[in-house]
Amino acid sequence: MSQNKYETPLLDQLESGPFPSFVTEIKRAAAKNDSANDLLGVLERCFKERKTHWKHGGIVGVRGYGGGVIGRYSDVPDDFPGVAHFHTVRVNQTSGFFYTSKALNEICDIWDKYGSGLTNFHGSTGDMILLGTKSDALEPLFAELSSRGWDLGGSGSCARTPSCCVGPGRCEWAMCDTLDINYDLTQAFQDELHRPMFPYKFKIKTAGCAADCIASVARADLSIVGTWKGNIQIDQAEVKKYADGGMDINAEVVGMCPTKCMSYDGNELKVDDPNCSRCMHCITKMTKALRPTGPFGATIMVGSKAPFVIGALLSHVIVPFMPLEPPYDNLKDLIQKMWDWWDEHGKNRERIGELIVRRGMREFLEACELDPIPQMVFEPRRDPFYFWKEDELN
Amino acid sequence: MAEELPQRQTDIGPPNYKDFLPPVIKNNYGKWKYHEKLSGGSMVHVGESGDELYTVRVASPRLVSTDFIRDLTAIADKYCDGYLRFTTRHNVEFLVSDKSKVDPLLAELKEKKYMIGGIGDGISNIVHTQGWVHCHSAATDASGLVKVLMDEFADYFTGAKELPARVRLAVACCTNMCGAVHCSDIAVVGIHRKPPRIDQDGVKKACEVPSTIASCPTGAISPDPKNKSVKIKDEKCMYCGNCYSVCPALPISDPDNDGVAIVAGGKIGSLRSDPKFSKLVVPFLPNNTPKWPEVVSTFRNILTAYEAGAVKHERLGEWIERIGWEKFFELTNIPFTHQHIDDFTIARETYRTSAAFKW
Repeated sequence: MSQNKYETPLLDQLESGPFPSFVTEIKRAAAKNDSANDLLGVLERCFKERKTHWKHGGIVGVRGYGGGVIGRYSDVPDDFPGVAHFHTVRVNQTSGFFYTSKALNEICDIWDKYGSGLTNFHGSTGDMILLGTKSDALEPLFAELSSRGWDLGGSGSCARTPSCCVGPGRCEWAMCDTLDINYDLTQAFQDELHRPMFPYKFKIKTAGCAADCIASVARADLSIVGTWKGNIQIDQAEVKKYADGGMDINAEVVGMCPTKCMSYDGNELKVDDPNCSRCMHCITKMTKALRPTGPFGATIMVGSKAPFVIGALLSHVIVPFMPLEPPYDNLKDLIQKMWDWWDEHGKNRERIGELIVRRGMREFLEACELDPIPQMVFEPRRDPFYFWKEDELN
Repeated sequence: MAEELPQRQTDIGPPNYKDFLPPVIKNNYGKWKYHEKLSGGSMVHVGESGDELYTVRVASPRLVSTDFIRDLTAIADKYCDGYLRFTTRHNVEFLVSDKSKVDPLLAELKEKKYMIGGIGDGISNIVHTQGWVHCHSAATDASGLVKVLMDEFADYFTGAKELPARVRLAVACCTNMCGAVHCSDIAVVGIHRKPPRIDQDGVKKACEVPSTIASCPTGAISPDPKNKSVKIKDEKCMYCGNCYSVCPALPISDPDNDGVAIVAGGKIGSLRSDPKFSKLVVPFLPNNTPKWPEVVSTFRNILTAYEAGAVKHERLGEWIERIGWEKFFELTNIPFTHQHIDDFTIARETYRTSAAFKW
């Protein structure tokens, strides 16, 4: 097996420069693996012809699971037999993407044995992606992985692998235990994750605060965003240090407050807490001086997704504040109610956010046993065209 | 495979994260007091206990070999007692508990040509999709675009240069947007420009007609009972390719017409202003492989205007909203076309219903 089985003049141009090169990485794998070598060959052809050479996934997987493996086949298998089958295996990552060398080395050894030696750390949803193996390697690969404590992630119309930010593991702004909530929900919903039973995919992401480093409000059907209800605690001595250090507090902090609830007279920083919308700007800029205080919990939002079919959606508020303590039964109950309603009314390939648009918030809120409150909307409706129910009339 | 396989287990879920946390994190879990950026690629977190955790961040192309991972773990063993993590933007973080090991770690990373950075007001790694490496619906490549963009803007990653705020970049190789580019400061999305072709025989064999019809956002697809297939009204099709994902017999890729669109001004997070969607800036650029020079120069153009005009902490979308989109197009000299005016589901909301605007 030679490293240069294919001439790759186009891809070779992507090996220089300061950013680490994916082409170099494919070549490293290709030095040891025929499939990786053929991947290099087919990718060069894609770059030359400016089109993809992959076909739709077929149904492949491991016994007892309906997801976790994405079937992938080349449309030029005769030219590149090593990637005739080149399936993706999703391995459920740890909460917050924390690893040890020992665990990662073990996964690398297993993957070199059963697959191409190529990976994604990580996929868009959060899984570790093992990129490229053949159908008959799937069962032994799964036996090796699962016997060492690893399980597959989700694919298809199921609860997708939940994901979260670094949270209380290494962030002073974490207002809910993102790592634990993520782990707990993942364990609680194993059946929903491995055996697709929903109208479409359902993604759950947990962010520790409104900075939302995990992009939960943009990319999760259920967005859990840490927040607080108390005042912002101010350490005036630290405020002075920021000022002495050259920070223009009025321009950089007070002037950028969206609710204009702050003031600074050059001596004392004040916050009008009842008018603060908890956007996190001031806290992130003056982390030594400003701290949120309890009670802590999360804002629960629902419905974000990419553009298909009705256009991209952001998640919207359904529970402004939910206390979150193990075993998180309040959150799990709400999720179950949402799923039941979606399961009952959702069409094939309809995300829950789209279903809410189609059938209306009232029906969704009633199904979830939530009362309407102003925090759910930017503004009330403008038109007079609304419904009444029998029991609301005389 | 003659050797005996271990007993498989199902539904065990991922390992418990607690088994992968270094002692300093376990001891200060949820009790961090503050953090400080030390350089473009390093920072320290300080607990209420006074304990310190140093983080050193390096770039990864995300598509990596097992040898790349083994290189990382060898470094983690040497400096971090084997503890490391990845970020939500695919960077690698070495978690150092012993301050005296930070400088030697940085020195070794530098010597081995790792790209150290990604912290603070600049450009971190690019969230992206599979592209031609592994996807059937890709209208462009993802890894290639990421490589040329990150090479171009390396100084903003390493901290050699700073921007008014962070600028988050993303690449999605088709409008399915596995990479969720729709809320990024600047992003590339792969697009098609011609309707799918109908392989009558294939539709009959491989496709479910009702779900194919339902997949179309504009209602361009109707049944063709005579041929047990579907018909497509070409003038209603906006080439999203969703039907092709549902029905493989509707191929849409066309190298001479496929390419990318550039969108800008989105953000996640609620800091200062609400999360916002990215909006269309350039409707089409060609797949000029392997280096997409037109894409790179468009990004450079947008960044240059932003850097010159934004105030400190103002994100790209916030800057554009402050100056107005009409000013943005003037400053960047990007032509405004029919494609820029929305005609999809929220179109009316985007029309200007005020006589106040700038020239």
